Amino acid sequence: MIDLDDTDRAMLRLLAADATQGAAEIGRGVGLTQPAAWRRIRRLTDAGVLAGRRIVVDRAALGFTVTVFLGVRLAAKGRLDLDAFERAASAIPEVQTIQHVLGRFDYRLRIVARDIPDFERILRRRIMTLPAVGQVEANVVLSEEHRPGPLG
Amino acid sequence: MLDDTDRRILRQLLADPDADNATLADRAGVTAATLWRRLERLRERGVLRAVETRIDWRALGYAVEVSLRFTLDKTEPRAFDAFTAAARAVPEVTEIQTFLGSVDIRLSVIARDMAHWQQVYRDRILPLPHVTDIEPLMLVSTLKDSSELPL
Repeated sequence: MIDLDDTDRAMLRLLAADATQGAAEIGRGVGLTQPAAWRRIRRLTDAGVLAGRRIVVDRAALGFTVTVFLGVRLAAKGRLDLDAFERAASAIPEVQTIQHVLGRFDYRLRIVARDIPDFERILRRRIMTLPAVGQVEANVVLSEEHRPGPLG
Repeated sequence: MLDDTDRRILRQLLADPDADNATLADRAGVTAATLWRRLERLRERGVLRAVETRIDWRALGYAVEVSLRFTLDKTEPRAFDAFTAAARAVPEVTEIQTFLGSVDIRLSVIARDMAHWQQVYRDRILPLPHVTDIEPLMLVSTLKDSSELPL
């Protein structure tokens, strides 16, 4: 784990919002020269803080108007059941996110679909047929925002 | 609207967001100049909204992540707006989603450790307005996290 100063945090805020900026632009944003900004970005990258890029698209413009979060409870919970479920769920193209969680559900899944009938097809044909799948709860996303987190 | 070239480029970009432009152009079967022009146009039309950097909070010492599912008091007309505004003011909140379903709002909340989690939960989460029920799901591991679309 690395310690951050205020300049690091300011750079992280800029990078989080726009990964396409180079060291010169980021440096200008926080009052550093290009080489000084580059050294700090390098340090953050080496520490694993900058974990790659996330592409944000207008999903509706691409024909995917529905995003659904699923809570999934497995009917059987041996290690092999978990492995089989995770492997099969990972292979479904409409499943963007799979998280193993503790609580009322065992897994959280994020699913994209073209529309509600398409979601129903994915749910019936792909999700309900997953190995060991038990209770499933679906919540349709109405709005979503990513927050900068504790970088303030 | 979008043609096959746009779709091919977006598919490659979403499949591997960290690939450089030369690699992307190669995979999408277009020249570097075409790739650049198409991406620029997709940006202008708002199809490509942003290229963000993912921050690994674990690398910054935030070992705990909890998904909190809230049910709100729907007799209060301002419940959603008031709750969302208050949740935005909590630094440990990294994501906010509103839903149609049995859950109204979900927050991703991070903390350094369980002691810190307890403090965030008591001091920042429990005072959030118009909440009738909270249900936590504690993150064990993320097995897949992609922005890919089956284009």
